[in-house]
Amino acid sequence: MFAAENGLRGDPRLKAISDALSVVPNFPKPGIMFQDITTLVSNHKVFKHTVDIFVDRYRDMGISVVAGVEARGFIFAPPIALAIGAKFIPLRKPGKLPGSIQMQPKSQFYQVDEIMNLCCPGEVISEAYELEYGNDCLEMHVGAVEQGERALIIDDLVATGGTLSAAIRLLEREGAEVVECACVIGLPEVKGRRLLDGKPLYVLVEPRQ
Amino acid sequence: MSVVHMASSNVDNKDDRISRISSSIRVIPDFPKPGIMFQDITTLLLDPKAFKDTIDLFVERYKDKNINVVAGVEARGFIFGPPIALAIGAKFVPMRKPKKLPGIAYTLLVHSCNYYNLFSYLTYITSFSVFVICAFVPMTYYYTVSERGCWEVISEEYSLEYGTDKIEMHVGAVQPGERAVVVDDLIATGGTLTAAINLLERVGVEVVECACVIELPELKGRDRLGEKQLFVLVSST
Repeated sequence: MFAAENGLRGDPRLKAISDALSVVPNFPKPGIMFQDITTLVSNHKVFKHTVDIFVDRYRDMGISVVAGVEARGFIFAPPIALAIGAKFIPLRKPGKLPGSIQMQPKSQFYQVDEIMNLCCPGEVISEAYELEYGNDCLEMHVGAVEQGERALIIDDLVATGGTLSAAIRLLEREGAEVVECACVIGLPEVKGRRLLDGKPLYVLVEPRQ
Repeated sequence: MSVVHMASSNVDNKDDRISRISSSIRVIPDFPKPGIMFQDITTLLLDPKAFKDTIDLFVERYKDKNINVVAGVEARGFIFGPPIALAIGAKFVPMRKPKKLPGIAYTLLVHSCNYYNLFSYLTYITSFSVFVICAFVPMTYYYTVSERGCWEVISEEYSLEYGTDKIEMHVGAVQPGERAVVVDDLIATGGTLTAAINLLERVGVEVVECACVIELPELKGRDRLGEKQLFVLVSST
């Protein structure tokens, strides 16, 4: 569901966001028109508009978890999390989350006041998924979310929805309730769709031509 | 993790916020390999107050210093950089691993002219490469510069404990004379931050300071930054 169809029709911020995107042809491979958000985040005013739109939408929805997909989701999700008072959870490529390679045994170096996961700190769960171009895998720390927490998933762009689907599965496996998936850009595959894997999908703009 | 005195980091030890931040960081032994005590900031991010305090401490330091650019090193620098940039009115510039930034890649001896839409693309001016070897410093530099408009990507290679790595930046994201802060979650040997500083300085940006949540002082990253100032919240021994 695009923002313009959901209360923000004619909002000049949406046009500013769209205009701030860059298109790079044939990246990462021939035939792909890459939507580059680096020009958006290097425009302070427009970057702030982007975050503000999401914050206004989610502020009063009882969200306690904002998950961001590595790496461009890491740019948008933390400001949203900070503004609505939620925790930020990074969803990462394989092997990046500490503890990802193997389960760590207890050791004398542990701090007794660790926040969570005293028996298997750093344990991760992972989900495989298909990309628009290739395959990949997403990981999350066990214990990062508690049962029943309401969660958002943020990424810069949604194409086929494969990445977001994997993210939804990760959070649900840990007992979270995914309230919505939100992206800055939505490719034509998601136009007209309100749901992704049964979860609402919220997108700010279409790809820049 | 203990909060060791941070005489060189300009932060008040008595600050309760520092204490909360420090105790929210989790140490994971033997990651990514045996013998390494990994400083895991994901637990800090799970504590909204600690995360907010972290950002606030950086914002308080930089908001009146006319900083135009906050550069964040992939990927954990992407978590801390943007909130700081948004709060102080600066642009956020991601510094990425190789081949992640969309741009026109080229090699030493080859340049290509692609004319798709002259209205949308800047005119291709020149394309050249420079290969520099510094024999008298521990690090070997290899960099290439192109002048192909805002999709021009420059890169800087730097030494790791084993091998080398490279970071890249869009040249068009910054202007000469802008004032920048480089942000990452942690400084260890300082190799990554030094490469980031070099990238920015090569295009005329003034790097005012590097800002990290955590410092590992035994690895002497602060010394490697040389005259560049380093600001950290927590020092871990």
